[in-house]
Amino acid sequence: MTTTLQLDAEALYADLREGVRRILRPPSAGPTSLVGIWSGGAWLAERLQRDLGLAGAPGVISSTLHRDDFGSRGLTARSDATQLPFDIEGRHIVLVDDVLYTGRTVRAVINELYDFGRPASVTLAVLVDRGGRELPIEAACMAARLVLPATQKLTLARDENGRFSFSVRERPAA
Amino acid sequence: MLSRRNPQLNAHGELIHLLSIEGLPRAILTQILDTAGTFLSVNEREVKKVPLLRGKSVFNLFFENSTRTRTTFEIAAKRLSADVINLDIARSSTAKGESLLDTIANLSAMHADMFIVRHAESGAPYLIAQHVAPHVHVVNAGDGRHAHPTQALLDMYTIRHFKRDFTNLTVAVVGDIVHSRVARSDIHALTTLGVPEIRAVGPKTLVPGDLSAMGVRVCHDMAEGIRGADVIIMLRLQNERMSGAMLPSAGEFFMTYGLTPEKLALAKPDAIVMHPGPINRGVEIDSQVADGRASVILPQVTFGIAVRMAVMSLIAGNQA
Repeated sequence: MTTTLQLDAEALYADLREGVRRILRPPSAGPTSLVGIWSGGAWLAERLQRDLGLAGAPGVISSTLHRDDFGSRGLTARSDATQLPFDIEGRHIVLVDDVLYTGRTVRAVINELYDFGRPASVTLAVLVDRGGRELPIEAACMAARLVLPATQKLTLARDENGRFSFSVRERPAA
Repeated sequence: MLSRRNPQLNAHGELIHLLSIEGLPRAILTQILDTAGTFLSVNEREVKKVPLLRGKSVFNLFFENSTRTRTTFEIAAKRLSADVINLDIARSSTAKGESLLDTIANLSAMHADMFIVRHAESGAPYLIAQHVAPHVHVVNAGDGRHAHPTQALLDMYTIRHFKRDFTNLTVAVVGDIVHSRVARSDIHALTTLGVPEIRAVGPKTLVPGDLSAMGVRVCHDMAEGIRGADVIIMLRLQNERMSGAMLPSAGEFFMTYGLTPEKLALAKPDAIVMHPGPINRGVEIDSQVADGRASVILPQVTFGIAVRMAVMSLIAGNQA
C-alpha cells in the first residue's frame, strides 16, 4: 500500500536549504563540497548545489560496496556507482540524504568516502530524521523529525519538473 | 535425485555458481556486466579494495596451469577483501592419487567459501558444485574444451565498452574453434546478448561443422570471415595441436588465418581486435595488429579483473 504522507517535501526542502547554508564553512576554511547519498540524497545535493550557488558539480556516493547486510541481501542490480568529481583529501564534505533512519547507510558511505582519501571533516544534512537509530550517528541539520513505525518505508520521489514529494509504503514482511 | 534445474541458479533464479554461459538468461549476463562497471572504478581508487568478501576464503584450484587467469582471480578476490589460497594442486594431492571429491571434501573441512576451478576434464566444476555445502560457491575458470565463462564475460564487457550495443554487430571468432572453450562460451554469450551475425572462421580441421545449428556462420575463407566485421576475436593457436594431422605448420596457418594489417583492412574501419591471451606473435596475430590501434587486448585484461570481482560478489551474495 502506498500513501502520500502529509509531509510537504518542497517546504522541507526550503528549510534544509537554509540549514545547509548555515553549516557551510567560509571559503577561508578550505574547500567544501556537497555529496549526495544515492538516490534521494543525490537529487537533493544536485538542487542544493544550484540553489546555493556553489561552483562545480556535487558528488554522488553509493553505500553498495560497504553495506553490512551484503551477506543476507547480496548485490542488487542498481546503477548507483559513486562519482566524486573532486579530490576528497583535505576537503570538508557535507553528506546529504533524504531520510536518516538506522544510520547504517551513513556508516557505509563514510567508509566509501575514505576509499578516496582523508576528508578534512564530514557533516550530515538530511531532509527527515525518522528516529530508530542503531548507530551513534546524528545529522548537523535536518528539516523535520518524526517517528514512524518500523513497518513503514519513507521514500523521496522526484517528478519530471524536479519537485519533491514523500511516499510511505508498508515494508513487505521479511 | 538430481534436480533438473540449472545447477548455477537457486530457486529464485539467482546465480549461485558460475559454471557455463549456456543456459544463463540475458538478464543475468547484463547484471554481471553492469556490476563489473561499478568494480572497474574501484580499481582506480586510492584504496583499491572493498569489504564485500571480508572473512571469506577463496581457494584457487588450478588442476591445469594458467598463471594469468589464476592471478586475475587472485587480484579480484583480494580487491573484494577475501583471503585467497592458491593450491599447486597439479603437483600435490592429485599426484598422490587423491580423488577430486576427496580433495574438495578436505578443503571444505578447512572452511572454504568459494572454489575457483580450472580442470582439464570438461564438467569437473559441475561435479564439484553438486557436492559442496549450500553456502559454498564454485566458479569455472576453464574446464576441458567445454567452457570458460569468465573469459566470455570479460569479452562481452569489452565489446559493450567499445561498441555500446550488441544488436547491430558482426563478430568473427577466428582460429582453433574446435578445441576452444573460449570460443564456445563466447558464442553462447554473443547469442544470448542478441548479436545478429556470429562467424566462426578457420580451417575445416579446426572449425566444428555443427556450429551452423547454433546460428553461427562457418567460414573457411579468412577474407569472407572478417569482411565487414565490427569485432574480431582471435584465438590462441595451441602449439600442441600442431603435432597431429590438424595443421601443416604454424607458418602456413599464419599465411592463411593469421591476422595481418592487410586482412584487418577488410573489417570495418572501427573494428576492434580481441585475444584471450597469451598471444603468439606471428602465429595467429601479426605484431603490427597486436600493438596497433584496433587492438583492445590489454583493456581486456583490465576489464577481466572487474568482471571476476562482479561474478564473485554476485554469487557470494546469493544463497543456494
